[in-house]
Amino acid sequence: MSRLALPRFEAPSFDVSWARVFAVFLKELVQMRRDRPTFAIMIMMPVIQLVLFGYAINTDPRHMPAVIELREDGPMTRAFLASLTASTYIDIVSIVTRAEDGDAALRSGQANFLISIPEGFERRLVRGERPQILIAADTSDPVAAGGAIGAIQQIAQSAFAPEFVGPLAFLAPAPAPYEIVVHRRFNPAGVSSFNIVPALLGVILTMTMVMITSIALTRESERGTMENLLATPVRPIEVMIGKTTPYIFVGAIQVVIVMTIAVLLFHIPFTGSLIAFLIGVTLFIFANLMLGYLISTLAKTQMQAMQMTFFVFLPSILLSGFMFPFRAMPAWAQAIGECLPITHFLRIVREVVLKGAGFADVIGDLMPLGAILLVLAGVALARFRRTLD
Amino acid sequence: MNVPLVIDVRGLSKSFGGRRVVDDFNLRVPRGAIYGFLGPNGSGKTTTIRMVCGLLKPEAGVGEVLGFDVLRESLKIKERVGYMTQKFSLYEDLSIRENLEFIARIYGLDRRAERVDQALADLGLAERQGQLAGKLSGGWKQRLALAACMIHEPALLLLDEPTAGVDPKARRDFWDQIRRYSAQGVTTLVSTHYMDEAVQCDSIAYIAYGKKLLDAPTAEIPNQIGLFAWRVSGRPLQEAQRLLEAQPGVDLVARFGTAVHVCGKDRAALEAAARAAKAAFPHVEIAPIETGFEEIFIYLMSGSVDNFQ
Ligand SMILES: Nc1ncnc2c1ncn2[C@@H]1O[C@H](COP(=O)(O)OP(=O)(O)O)[C@@H](O)[C@H]1O
Ligand SMILES: [Mg+2]
Repeated sequence: MSRLALPRFEAPSFDVSWARVFAVFLKELVQMRRDRPTFAIMIMMPVIQLVLFGYAINTDPRHMPAVIELREDGPMTRAFLASLTASTYIDIVSIVTRAEDGDAALRSGQANFLISIPEGFERRLVRGERPQILIAADTSDPVAAGGAIGAIQQIAQSAFAPEFVGPLAFLAPAPAPYEIVVHRRFNPAGVSSFNIVPALLGVILTMTMVMITSIALTRESERGTMENLLATPVRPIEVMIGKTTPYIFVGAIQVVIVMTIAVLLFHIPFTGSLIAFLIGVTLFIFANLMLGYLISTLAKTQMQAMQMTFFVFLPSILLSGFMFPFRAMPAWAQAIGECLPITHFLRIVREVVLKGAGFADVIGDLMPLGAILLVLAGVALARFRRTLD
Repeated sequence: MNVPLVIDVRGLSKSFGGRRVVDDFNLRVPRGAIYGFLGPNGSGKTTTIRMVCGLLKPEAGVGEVLGFDVLRESLKIKERVGYMTQKFSLYEDLSIRENLEFIARIYGLDRRAERVDQALADLGLAERQGQLAGKLSGGWKQRLALAACMIHEPALLLLDEPTAGVDPKARRDFWDQIRRYSAQGVTTLVSTHYMDEAVQCDSIAYIAYGKKLLDAPTAEIPNQIGLFAWRVSGRPLQEAQRLLEAQPGVDLVARFGTAVHVCGKDRAALEAAARAAKAAFPHVEIAPIETGFEEIFIYLMSGSVDNFQ
């Protein structure tokens, strides 16, 4: 009766018949194709998610309230302030002279930015001393703040450039003769917007791959087709390979969709090794398929399988470094995170896509990903019941 | 008998949730036999068949099926057995042909397309082969399931109520088919609720509450049961029947056309009951008769209530 008891009355056999694997694969493929709604969701989900998140990233946030802490008043400063006002990025809500007033405005949420131009800015600029413009940003919404910070830097450049003519022309060449110092407040780690799109690939793959394979066996049990399947000489490993392989293609399609949108729509630079990326993404898809398959050996109903999928999905978002900086998490949370396939995948994809890493740089995450995959597959196979007990 | 045994299991037992649903079950089925498996709902027929084909692990018991150990060689058994489940268990979202092809591939059959074509032709489903199995009516589903479990030419057929809900014509065709297989040496264990099917079996095992109560060649069963019968006819039959049902020693009163057959295991008590009916209604005719299969099976099937607890 106990579903936990392994069927011990027959030694597992490892002689895989590829004809039987193919039989299961073909059947699964046809069923997948017939299940139009599910198939549509699998293809549409990456698009919808990316567009939704893409708005958060792509919306150049405009009209961000800013307080200016102004200690002096000269032609260049005035030009800078005029450009800020003219740009729609910043709305200057007030101009103060005391640092405390600026801080208070930022803390109370009255302003999202505090832009400080120190005393003697113009004099030191002309002397070539590279004075600082200080931007304190409320980065509790880092994505929103990130866009404006970039905008302010651009505005400064274009505002000062026309001033650097005649005797001041020597100030024009890069680097800029001033320095913009950004202080991110309230969320010092900050998440760069480029981080999110590649990371979304991990989230989307986890969600669809695990969810779809988690019902691989429970669906057969619930519909009663398991009895017929088990009455045939098909082996557990053949069922596992045959049932999960069709979804490798689904995963591959999702990868292509996400990466195409990432590069074309969000201009994510893909700087690293394509091979390393492909190996990483393949291992990751396999690991997720095995995770889902393992769930399907544990769940008794499709409903339970869904619940278990969410049980896996939440830590995958919260403890993987997707939502919160990984190193900032407590040790126990990091330990859980290390066991999740997505944690390693996120590192691989960020390293490769954004930082230009090669195969050797990400081997430290490819190996654990492979190990997780093997453990999941092994446990799933051991859990497969060859009888109806 | 020197015919080799295809099923030879001893002491099979199975419990669910602490309740014994099959208890110390023995069965010996010789090669080529059609063995009927009877018993009320919930008596353990399906559970027994599942243990025989390796789908359930027996708690106790040993045995061989087709010469393979029932506990350790279930894969070898599965390769050579055709099992038709009580509930339709093919894929409703695959077409008729796709289902057959799936099974043919799983068994690694050669000449796959040819076999599937043949099975479809035998079924009379060649034109509808692209139709989804889920769209078939109950009777057609049964036929498809039977075709699917025969496609790999198994040496042993385990059929769990294969004709439940199938029209009489289809049932006759089905039994003709079984007899043809039997003549070729295929062994069949078939559970059924239909008397007319039971009498076509060479032997019958009867099970109730997980215990085998009877197991004999069909022809010997009347003697084994020891059931006696009287025929009562004439008028007023209705009243006579009601009176007989109330008599001690009457185990079964069944209507057969214009007569009722009264059966009982106690010969003297049964005769007394018949005579009481004659005394009450002088116009009825009473006579002792030879007990037929019909009476036996009505007695077996109706005498025991459903075994669900
Ligand atoms: N998987 C199971 N779990 C729990 N009880 C079961 C299971 N299968 C069968 N039973 C119980 O075992 C008894 C015998 O069932 P079954 O073998 O299906 O009888 P039959 O086929 O003769 O109708 C019934 O009481 C049934 O409820
Ligand atoms: Mg049954």
